[in-house]
Amino acid sequence: MEAIILQVLNGLDKGSAYALIALGLTLIFGTLGVVNFAHGALFMLGAFIAVTLRRVLNLSFETIDETRTDFLGNPMAVDTPYVEYWFGPEMGSAIIDWSVPIAVLLAIPIMALIGVAMERGLIKHFYKRPHADQILVTFGLAIVLQEIIKAFYGANPIPTPAPQAFVGSFDFGALIGFDPFTIMYPYWRLVYFAFSMVIIGAVFAFLRFTTFGMVVRAGMADRETVGLLGIDIDRRFVIMFAIAAIVAGLAGVMYTPILSPNYHIGMEFLVLSFVVVVVGGMGSLPGAVAAGFLLGILQSFASMSQIIEIIPGINQVIIYLVAVIVLLTRPRGLMGRKGVMEE
Amino acid sequence: MSKGNFTRRNMLKTGVATGAALAVPTIFTGQVWADGHTGFTNAPGPDSVTLGFNVPQTGAYADEGADELRAFQLAVQHLNGEGDGGMMNTFSSDALDGTGILGRRVEYVTGDTQTASDAARSSARSMIERDGAIMISGGSSSGVAVAVQSLCQDAGIIFMAGLTHANDTTGKDMRANGFRHFFNTEMTGRALAPILEGLYGTDRKVYHLTADYNWGWSQERSIRAYTEGMGWETVNNVLTPVGAGDFSSYLTPVANSGADVLILNHYGGDMVNSLTQAVQFGLRDMQANGKNFEIVVPLFSRLMARGAGSAIANIHGSTNWHWSLQDEGSQAFTRSFGTEYGFPPSQAAHTCYVQTLLYADAVVRGGSFNPCSVDEALADFEFDGMGNGPTLYRADDHQCFKDVLVVRGKENPENEYDLLEIVEVTPRDAVTYPPDHPDFVEGQLGACNPGA
Repeated sequence: MEAIILQVLNGLDKGSAYALIALGLTLIFGTLGVVNFAHGALFMLGAFIAVTLRRVLNLSFETIDETRTDFLGNPMAVDTPYVEYWFGPEMGSAIIDWSVPIAVLLAIPIMALIGVAMERGLIKHFYKRPHADQILVTFGLAIVLQEIIKAFYGANPIPTPAPQAFVGSFDFGALIGFDPFTIMYPYWRLVYFAFSMVIIGAVFAFLRFTTFGMVVRAGMADRETVGLLGIDIDRRFVIMFAIAAIVAGLAGVMYTPILSPNYHIGMEFLVLSFVVVVVGGMGSLPGAVAAGFLLGILQSFASMSQIIEIIPGINQVIIYLVAVIVLLTRPRGLMGRKGVMEE
Repeated sequence: MSKGNFTRRNMLKTGVATGAALAVPTIFTGQVWADGHTGFTNAPGPDSVTLGFNVPQTGAYADEGADELRAFQLAVQHLNGEGDGGMMNTFSSDALDGTGILGRRVEYVTGDTQTASDAARSSARSMIERDGAIMISGGSSSGVAVAVQSLCQDAGIIFMAGLTHANDTTGKDMRANGFRHFFNTEMTGRALAPILEGLYGTDRKVYHLTADYNWGWSQERSIRAYTEGMGWETVNNVLTPVGAGDFSSYLTPVANSGADVLILNHYGGDMVNSLTQAVQFGLRDMQANGKNFEIVVPLFSRLMARGAGSAIANIHGSTNWHWSLQDEGSQAFTRSFGTEYGFPPSQAAHTCYVQTLLYADAVVRGGSFNPCSVDEALADFEFDGMGNGPTLYRADDHQCFKDVLVVRGKENPENEYDLLEIVEVTPRDAVTYPPDHPDFVEGQLGACNPGA
């Protein structure tokens, strides 16, 4: 039982990342009708905002400590970060320690700018082009962004730890009446799950309860009619692109302590997220979120040794297998709307 | 009318002879003659010789690959008489004199293996066919090493393996044209097991997570044989895909499996992720079967330790070499590398540097670039001054035998390089196995292939 609960927690955790990326993908597809293969790159850029901030906060000046020697036997150069010098050792190290949560605040305006630049600079020219053209150009953009990150940060994963306060595991078992220490789950993964729920809730609330969201939803249903009412729907759609970029970016920032960022992390998530969107139903926001969590949980269970022993390799193909079954039995996906992708 | 000697027959004879005489210099300086005369692939010209360094510049082992490349570049500098000479000054053989190899300046080309056998073979083939590389070195994955070694055997090129730790490289898949300086999983088992027994006793239950490829299987088989030999029970072995990234689904069943030891048969970025995540999941704080839960990483490296950060504290494993070794050769290399790049070399860098010098030395001692001459020069070659004490390149399997280090992650490292401490230097005799060991006996070196 403990193992099952742990795998559910794992699935929710993985599913959070899938759902956040799939949510943005669906928002862009639903509003702009664009299949954005560069969306995974936005997740990667978010992760590298966290990496960059940590590097900036760690910028140091060097002093020589004559009492110690380095690996070559020379007097040791000791690095002191400027933030520790300016704010004092305790405050300075706390700022560095909390670099990932701080990066969340930084990522919001940066990702919004990146999103608007991407939409105005490139994607708007492809609205009336076939989906195949959109896929090609956005995939090309993803590769360019990936190579730029590789050129600046190298090919190796860059560890970006969570604040010390969130290092370690929470005794989840004791909370729900099991023996102590039987179900331990890392604090930061719980934080990630909670964070993703807040973001998903905020996006849904924004679309459901604001006038802006109402207009966007109307535009998603019938863009021309909304335009005839004198509403500048294009401007709103640009803002939706920026929101989708922010969601992907924040998902990337917060994921860095779970998986050290590297230049191809976005591509790894993108492929899975597209499967999530297709399974959930193209254009369906609740479908994207539900399918994200569903596939995350299924993938976790498929990685259990008891399952792998019965069906070797199932952990590698489970997501695609589910996609095939869903598409065969329900071509619109689990919660897809009639007419979307069928015109 | 006089009858002249200049007949049509004589004119034809003279023409053929003159033509042949005029053609001789062209043939003699051309590649066709060189291959025909010397009888081996990519025979170098009189001025330079090209070596091919095939390393992972992308993928899970990119960290090692970058360090390997630095070491290769340093070795080339030293061979060409630039820099401080590094280990050439401490090497027991004095054949190398800083004038290149057999008077030819050393040049090199590089390739990206992408940590994938197909990409590695394609890159090695390009270096051999397009760039004329006469020796290929590098690696950082046993799957890649085995694939490239086989290609080099067929092409008539020497392969001086870089970082490859699976038994198969000099076991089942050994080749006459291939040589390995790095240790292997059998040696890890022999060196590590007695230390683990001393630390954790003989009554333990083990859960293995194993990288699902050539090296992972070899590592699991060897460490399992030695831990079971001392009484440890294997509870489970789960194969994980290379580059999985998030290992949480594989780690969560460990806590309730009845195991009290987790052995991570992972390397590079995979080990960084699996170890970090194992610590995040609280495995190190756990108690099982009335004992503290322990994690072991059989193949350790400083680069991995750096990636895993504080998670490495008190984790034990084995390593081929460490910059803190105090012998003259190790210190010379560390000084040379550290001065050039500003940080100490990794074990991957060390093995690649040593392999390059050993190749050059074998060519000079044998007096030829012919792979069969190199083969002969390295067979049962005994040397010293390259770290790890006296070393033997065994003729039976082209495997080096030398001391193996058991290391432990430091709890309070003084700086970012001071991450591992040497717990034990296991002497060469203790890690030497017979050529007919069951894990190795299947292999056949065959004959050296000079190619062309």
